[in-house]
Amino acid sequence: MLHTVNKSPYQSDALTTCFGLAQPGSAVLLIEDGIYGAMNNTKFSTAIVIAQQCCTIYVLEPDLQARGFDSDCIMNAIQTIDYDGFVSLAETYSVVQAW
Amino acid sequence: MKFALMINQGPYTHQASDTAYHFACAVLKAGHEVFRIFFYHDGVNNATRMTTPPQDDRHVIDRWSELASQHKLDLVVCVAAAQRRGILDEDEARRHGKDGDNLAPGFRISGLGQLIEAGIEADRFLVFGN
Repeated sequence: MLHTVNKSPYQSDALTTCFGLAQPGSAVLLIEDGIYGAMNNTKFSTAIVIAQQCCTIYVLEPDLQARGFDSDCIMNAIQTIDYDGFVSLAETYSVVQAW
Repeated sequence: MKFALMINQGPYTHQASDTAYHFACAVLKAGHEVFRIFFYHDGVNNATRMTTPPQDDRHVIDRWSELASQHKLDLVVCVAAAQRRGILDEDEARRHGKDGDNLAPGFRISGLGQLIEAGIEADRFLVFGN
């Protein structure tokens, strides 16, 4: 399953709930304000590292750039993708859950 | 592959409509079909042609209308959500005795059956906004 998270983890529990329910092998794509969950050295960093043990985490790069960040600002092993990459993920995973 | 999208938030306040638009463009560019885009809840506010943003800002509504015209997209607005928010086509305006209608070109007003059908017919169903 592909999970999309569009809310900042400082604003809602969406990211935490998503990590709690995502099954091994899932993908989590952080979009819109969800990108704040990918930042280096935050109180969510540990949750990201734990989630990465079973899920692949992606960030939508245009949303990163729109907020003044680049790939240097986000945690290791989080991949940046563009809208074409978003479409590819939706092709790969037959169900997409928006948080 | 057939994609269906649902948009649940209005333009300019939330990013959902922008994200869905860029995603829809990428879907079409990849050679897939967009079976339907369903506008629900505050998402129906993406369908008023009275929207007049500053000239140097993106025109979220016109952008949908143009994409629909270019690719023959089916943009469906939920009737109940639309009426609550004052989004009316000519028939609905007449039926409710209103002095004008405001549905943007390329959109049509229909019901939740269209949402269910999109979920059945499409290979992928994505929700934008909550």
